[in-house]
Amino acid sequence: MSWITARRRHPAAGYVVIAFVLVIIGTAYAVITSGYASAAPQATPNSAQIAEGRSLFLANCATCHGLYAEGTSQAPSLIGVGAAAVNFQVSTGRMPAAELGAQNDRKPGRLNATETAAIAAYIQSLGGGPTVPSPAQVSSAGANVGLGQQLFVADCAACHNFVGAGGALTYGKAAPALTAATPTQIYEAMLTGPEAMPVFNDLTITPQEKRDIIAYVTQVRAQPNPGGFSLGRVGPVTEGLVAFLGMLLFLVLAALWITAKHGKAHE
Amino acid sequence: MSDTNSPGATGGGDPGRASWPEYLGGESHGAAAAAGGSGRPEDQGPPRRVIGTPSPAASRTLLAQPDGGDGEEPVEPFTPPEPQDPVRAGKAERIVVACFVIALLAGLGFLVAYSLIGVGSLTATLHSNLALGGTLSLVFLLLAVGAVIWVRYLMPTVEITEQRHLMRSAETDREAFKETFEEGAATSQFVRRPLVRRTLIAATLPLALIPIWVLRDLGPLPDKSLDNTVWRKGLRLLAYGTGRPIKAAEFNSPGALISVGPEGFLADDDAMAKAAVIIIKFRPGELVFGPSTPPGHPTPANVVIPNWTVDNIVAYSKICTHVGCPAALYEQTTHHILCPCHQSTFDAAQGAKVLFGPATRALPQLPIGVDAQGFLIATGPFNEPVGPSYWERS
Repeated sequence: MSWITARRRHPAAGYVVIAFVLVIIGTAYAVITSGYASAAPQATPNSAQIAEGRSLFLANCATCHGLYAEGTSQAPSLIGVGAAAVNFQVSTGRMPAAELGAQNDRKPGRLNATETAAIAAYIQSLGGGPTVPSPAQVSSAGANVGLGQQLFVADCAACHNFVGAGGALTYGKAAPALTAATPTQIYEAMLTGPEAMPVFNDLTITPQEKRDIIAYVTQVRAQPNPGGFSLGRVGPVTEGLVAFLGMLLFLVLAALWITAKHGKAHE
Repeated sequence: MSDTNSPGATGGGDPGRASWPEYLGGESHGAAAAAGGSGRPEDQGPPRRVIGTPSPAASRTLLAQPDGGDGEEPVEPFTPPEPQDPVRAGKAERIVVACFVIALLAGLGFLVAYSLIGVGSLTATLHSNLALGGTLSLVFLLLAVGAVIWVRYLMPTVEITEQRHLMRSAETDREAFKETFEEGAATSQFVRRPLVRRTLIAATLPLALIPIWVLRDLGPLPDKSLDNTVWRKGLRLLAYGTGRPIKAAEFNSPGALISVGPEGFLADDDAMAKAAVIIIKFRPGELVFGPSTPPGHPTPANVVIPNWTVDNIVAYSKICTHVGCPAALYEQTTHHILCPCHQSTFDAAQGAKVLFGPATRALPQLPIGVDAQGFLIATGPFNEPVGPSYWERS
């Protein structure tokens, strides 16, 4: 402790303490909010499952969406949105929503995969709609990643950033990063257009093209981070920019130090 | 003594005239002082210098000259101040020496690496680059670090006032220069023969003009080329990426959006830079329609032209009217089209009118229809230039 005591009045001590605390907070935040896996259950509807979904719906969803999913002044009708929309919203933890608003962020889900599948089956039974894709439908195997990138850049990158890092929208809304989304969730998002996202139906972007896009997203996000730190992946050479700015700051500080007057001047 | 060079060089006993240091006189200052007590005889002007020979100023030293011969107080011999803390100085010295020794070793390492590591293969070249660059960087870095520590911890920090000689040359020097210059001007006949002088000056004028003149070749002026895009009646709308035409009946999910380009121009980046378009499908009743307008006619503001849409599908230019970024962030809930560059926000349901941001014009609407097979086509060109303003825009 004497080492610290001797240096606590050093001019740089304050900065060191602030930097240290910031690193601790940042690391803790990163650890706490790190990814949580989402299962993509396969719906095999039967009457028992639909009945269970109905009861789960009444317990978790009906307050806002109405007793028969007909919608209220606070939330839209769910008739016809399909199992895909339910699976996307519930498996990403967006629903049940924490609060009313246009923006629901990804969070740890309250309902498990079986419960999600039950609610999805119930909603599907009400008015049809897009179903949850099978694992083969979202598989990247044999997909055309190049075409996927072209499509992603043309129609997705405007909001989600060209490596899927997400971005801001209007009035506080934001397009989420695609770092945690499973292939199934990406497929369902394109199919159903959750929240502010436009819809890309299977006739405009075919299932094969959706697989290409998913392959691009999963491939680009799996690329290693040079230096071991993603820096938000906001650009192709983020680390270059950061290194440039960091070195600039270092050079400025070094120049200040070199030309600074000595603390103890010779007489 | 306003024109003294430095305290030590001050000649005694002759305050009125410029004092010439001893190295200019050809005889030693001390000897002159001994002979007459004044710096130089009055009649002996500054030495005439032949043009082209080195200036005497080159040999002039800025350091004070110890000069005890003219009766002034003798200057004490210089003793460098010692660092205040010998222990600290000793430590700094060791660090500096260590830096320089490692720099030496790194420099030798460069030579060794250069000789030993071949560049025959990609891997070897990689290693060679790393070794050569690394050692050389180390040399320069450690030289710099050593020098800085040397300056900071070994050199004393006494403030030294160094007298600067006057910027203005001595009067006699100036006279001599003027004389030489006028002599040269007269000898060269530059003054006497005005025709030669004027034609010489005239001959250099085009050289000054040439850089300005060749600016014309930086590129053609845009003229009317920015007014129009390649869109024209009958061109199909092709999905960007796949190049597939789009059936109006298949683009049927409310809230759908897709980027499209004109048939035949998808790979033409110059054309696409202006012709990129987004089409959006709305739910019935969401669009705010204005009066029907034939393509090419002026359109009312803040409304969608109904006969330019197909079954609630609207096409807008993707090029932001502010500075031309691709404005394609679309929120199907609010119908906002957002430009990512400067947050210009347009309302797609009301003719893409500006809601927010620096853009001042709505995104132009492209008139669309369907052809016999049900594919979306343009029914005319944009009726105004797309993208940002420019000088020639009418």
